[in-house]
Amino acid sequence: MVWRPTLPTKDSARLDVRKTYKLYVGGAFPRSESGRSYVVNNARGKFLANASQASRKDARDAVVAARKAFGGWSGKTAYNRGQVLYRIAEVMEGRHEQFSAEVAAAEGLSISKARAVVDAAIDRWVWYAGWADKLAQVVGSSNPVAGPYFDFSLPEATGVVAVLAPQDSSLLGLTSVIAPAIVSGNTVVAVTSFERPLPAVTLGEVMATSDLPGGVVNILTGSASEIGPWLAGHLDVNAIDLAGVTDPEEATALEVAAAENLKRVRRPVDEDWTESPGLSRLTQYLELKTVWHPIGV
Amino acid sequence: MSRFEYAPAPESRAIVDIKSSYGLFINGAFTEATDGKPFKTVSPASEEVLAEISEAGPADVDKAVKAARKAYDKVWGTMPGRDRAKYLYRIARLIQERSRELAVLESLDNGKPIRESRDVDLPLVAAHFFYYAGWADKLEYAGAGENPQPLGVAAQVIPWNFPLMMLAWKIAPALAAGNTVVLKPAETTPLTALAFAEICQQADLPPGVVNIITGAGRTGQALVEHEGVDKVAFTGSTAVGRAIAKSVAGTDKKVTLELGGKAANIVFEDAPIDQTIEGIVNGIFFNQGHVCCAGSRLLVQESVYDEVLARLKRRMGTLRVGDPLDKNTDIGAINSAEQLARIRELSQVGEDEGAERWSPECELPTQGYWFAPTVFTGVSQAHRIAREEIFGPVLSVLTFRTPAEAVEKANNTPFGLSAGVWTDKGSRILWMADQLRAGVVWANTFNRFDPTSPFGGYKESGYGREGGRHGLEAYLAH
Repeated sequence: MVWRPTLPTKDSARLDVRKTYKLYVGGAFPRSESGRSYVVNNARGKFLANASQASRKDARDAVVAARKAFGGWSGKTAYNRGQVLYRIAEVMEGRHEQFSAEVAAAEGLSISKARAVVDAAIDRWVWYAGWADKLAQVVGSSNPVAGPYFDFSLPEATGVVAVLAPQDSSLLGLTSVIAPAIVSGNTVVAVTSFERPLPAVTLGEVMATSDLPGGVVNILTGSASEIGPWLAGHLDVNAIDLAGVTDPEEATALEVAAAENLKRVRRPVDEDWTESPGLSRLTQYLELKTVWHPIGV
Repeated sequence: MSRFEYAPAPESRAIVDIKSSYGLFINGAFTEATDGKPFKTVSPASEEVLAEISEAGPADVDKAVKAARKAYDKVWGTMPGRDRAKYLYRIARLIQERSRELAVLESLDNGKPIRESRDVDLPLVAAHFFYYAGWADKLEYAGAGENPQPLGVAAQVIPWNFPLMMLAWKIAPALAAGNTVVLKPAETTPLTALAFAEICQQADLPPGVVNIITGAGRTGQALVEHEGVDKVAFTGSTAVGRAIAKSVAGTDKKVTLELGGKAANIVFEDAPIDQTIEGIVNGIFFNQGHVCCAGSRLLVQESVYDEVLARLKRRMGTLRVGDPLDKNTDIGAINSAEQLARIRELSQVGEDEGAERWSPECELPTQGYWFAPTVFTGVSQAHRIAREEIFGPVLSVLTFRTPAEAVEKANNTPFGLSAGVWTDKGSRILWMADQLRAGVVWANTFNRFDPTSPFGGYKESGYGREGGRHGLEAYLAH
């Protein structure tokens, strides 16, 4: 039998304990400071839970947490970051049934299709985990300058990345936008799918128990239209991924706001999250640093 | 201290042939502008009018973009890479052949010392074309996927500080990747770009592959905002970069921005002192400090502060300011009256905010735009001269005690283009290089450039890289 954490099982003698779905900020699970919550229904319109509705203040708190975590996370060895991402995959595997039930409810998929989505999400974490200690060799370079200098270029994390996660793909899409940012050392503030936020909250619980330092990923459930502009205009955010923005005018307004401090912007395009992601999202949140030193005796 | 006197040693300007007026270079030919008023370009060292330049209006911009599109669709975009390579090699050779002429022209129009235009700018310009020429038939190895494609028409807007070098940084990788370009040089330094147009003709480059349109900010804006443009590449101020980032929002245009800086040049107590003093001078006084990556914030470890300052001042006393065409000149003219006003204003702010100003005794010419090399001491991080890009020969000096404090101060800026580190300790160099949030870190050297070496900024210094394999990626779809 599939374990359904959010739905009372009618045929069970025991009344089950439901979960409160909260935000994930700085490694803790607060409710929105605004006290707001909103109703989350399943794909058929049946009540699932009340999710916290994150506010502007929650977004700012999340940026503070992400900035605070950046030095430590980007300063870890690539090997260590790779292990942590792999650990996320391991812990997700143990919660496979829970994720499958939540994805099925959120996206209106059959349980077998939902399981395939969870498989893909877990595999994606494994794929990105392996990139941690290969990136520098693939995108870095040694530069044969015309002079007596040793000159090399290495990728580094951009900083705090705001992610407006896909609205449709609640877990695989979310994974596909968070993993490429954090594997290289960035920290993330993610706004989840508005109508399908519950798998994201569970992903936060996985992260909290996967040796991922608090603040590296911060998950806000609520409206990207409401919170997005504050993140796009935030001067301590270095990059923004507009993956989940479906309205072109909204995307343009966010890109304009992001230009204020020259954020790196990933514009929204139609993406098939089941396809192999390639390197473009991963390299978007990298800065290349070139170092010169004279050669001599 | 005794000083050597130098007899004047001017490079002859007879080698250049400046026309009285120039049209726009569109579709392989010089054409009259259809709208827009002509403007003059002057020698900043003498205020002598060098030539009259056409201002490209919206109709001219449109014509240039259409010419570039046609050349992209019909010729350049479909040409085998090996042939594009040969054109670029030809251009590199033509630049080498005309190198002295171009160096003199650059110094005349820009005001930079001939020693720099001759020994730094021009060799790098030729090298840049030579380097990217070799990429044109090897794109599938550039790390941008197995079948990398050009983007289309590139709109390129460049600054006045390294006119021909910035042109090379823009045009060489764009053409190698198979794009066509419309480039706008800065309004105060159009002459070498117009000479480059002639080089394109001499190379028999197909018409429309390179278009050079002249004008000021309005022309640049019309170019960047033109619907027929697929790629925007800009080098210049952060303010204009920000405006460009806003104007391309919601389009499919790819953008690279190379913007301002306020680089920390960090001197530790164990630094090799002679090289360090030369490095500090080169860091801030090279090209009159008109360098986005200039080492304009000197951070000196407290224990060697007195010695470093004394030796720096002594060295500054030997810098020769004057005629850009004189081979002994170290510091040339400020590029424009407008820039001179900005340097004067910010230097005044430095004094007003309480920093101590010092310049060596130095006689400045009465004609032209000049500013003596200047150092400010007693500068705090809050002072505007420690935060804002002055873009002139003005150095702000701050101090630190520990490496951690040096990092903290160096990174305390919205910019992140470059940084310098001076120390004899290898492990400290690597630690500092790791900690500094800047796109280029020069350790025990400063202001080095090479076509193979990626250059570009973190944070508000922009995004994208120029130079090396990474510079090519900026012009490829992947």
